[in-house]
Amino acid sequence: MNAGKQLKDGLLTQNPVLVQLLGMCSTLAITTTIANGIGMGLSVTVILTLSNIFISLLRKIIPEQVRIACYIVVIAGFVTMVDLLLQAFFPDIAESLGVFIPLIVVNCIILARAESFASRNHPVAAAVDGICQGLGYTLVLLAMSAIRELLGSGALAGNRIFPAEYSASLIAQPAGGFLTLGCLIALMQWAQRKVKGGK
Amino acid sequence: MEWTTLLDIALGAILINNFILAQFLGICPFMGVSRKMDTSVGMGLAVIFVMGLASALCYPVNLLLESLELGYMQTVAFILVIAALVQLVEMFLKKAVPTLYQALGVYLPLITTNCAVLGVVLLNVQNSYNFIESVVYGITGGAGFLLAIVLFSSIRERLEFSDPPRAFQGFPIALITAGLMALCFMGFSGLQIPW
Repeated sequence: MNAGKQLKDGLLTQNPVLVQLLGMCSTLAITTTIANGIGMGLSVTVILTLSNIFISLLRKIIPEQVRIACYIVVIAGFVTMVDLLLQAFFPDIAESLGVFIPLIVVNCIILARAESFASRNHPVAAAVDGICQGLGYTLVLLAMSAIRELLGSGALAGNRIFPAEYSASLIAQPAGGFLTLGCLIALMQWAQRKVKGGK
Repeated sequence: MEWTTLLDIALGAILINNFILAQFLGICPFMGVSRKMDTSVGMGLAVIFVMGLASALCYPVNLLLESLELGYMQTVAFILVIAALVQLVEMFLKKAVPTLYQALGVYLPLITTNCAVLGVVLLNVQNSYNFIESVVYGITGGAGFLLAIVLFSSIRERLEFSDPPRAFQGFPIALITAGLMALCFMGFSGLQIPW
């Protein structure tokens, strides 16, 4: 297994959000501040890695017909653990992410990686895949939340960059989430075509 | 009083806090199934049905969990209920209404992983709605989904013929469109029922 290639796939060429177009709901909903973005990104990375390892270990035991249900139970178990840990140690982040922490269960990224990667590869490769895809997701959340926090409230990670009255609060609103993500994906498509054209 | 509360919940779920455009629940099917008008109508109806039933079923499940002091098992229990429910609906439709079953095709099992369904159940618990309020919230939330996806798909059918910059073709321009729709729905945020 080539860990370097997996990392490049996760971060850029097969980025879960920008290229595979998975996990839209959380990407749009919680990226209003950088703290939220990082909290959500790391939670998903942890859950994705753990569930990938676990599902990969069980891949010979789980019967084909009920595999989706089994994956969901495994994922839901890990999500509950992370949810309780966040509530205990980071109550502020748990508060502002709210219902989107339990909703990681139905985040398509995790189910898609379980189905397309973890169920076909050995645990070490699955773990590396979980970390790489998770980091790719975190990277997008970070970019989205940095743009939205800066333009929407004039601050970056809580530090004021320019006065709030000059900010476009629309960007922090739901509509701004759609617009920002649309522009980011367009940027990605543009860059992909540039790279392909250069070859 | 009872009726006005229900009306308030319904109006909130459909217009003011639309599940897709204001709360970002159920974006995946919203983007995935909205290429054609008729599939999006079918998807919307199926979602209304599943969201209503899931709200009704998860209410007693939640009571049971709380009486056993197993509140932390909520997520696991709810997703299992929803998965079983979708499976049952699928089997029922296959037998009873095969035409609808074929029209929905692969989208039916995908409702399991529609975050709007799990979302509405979790929000019911969070807002501590009673049984009737939960069901109303579930059904009207689904209606909000239907409204948004039908509007969006009819815009998208026209988008096929438009000529955006190459980098924006396909998904990005659809997201921008959704953003503009969300902007329109923000206009509803001042809406209030005068009693």
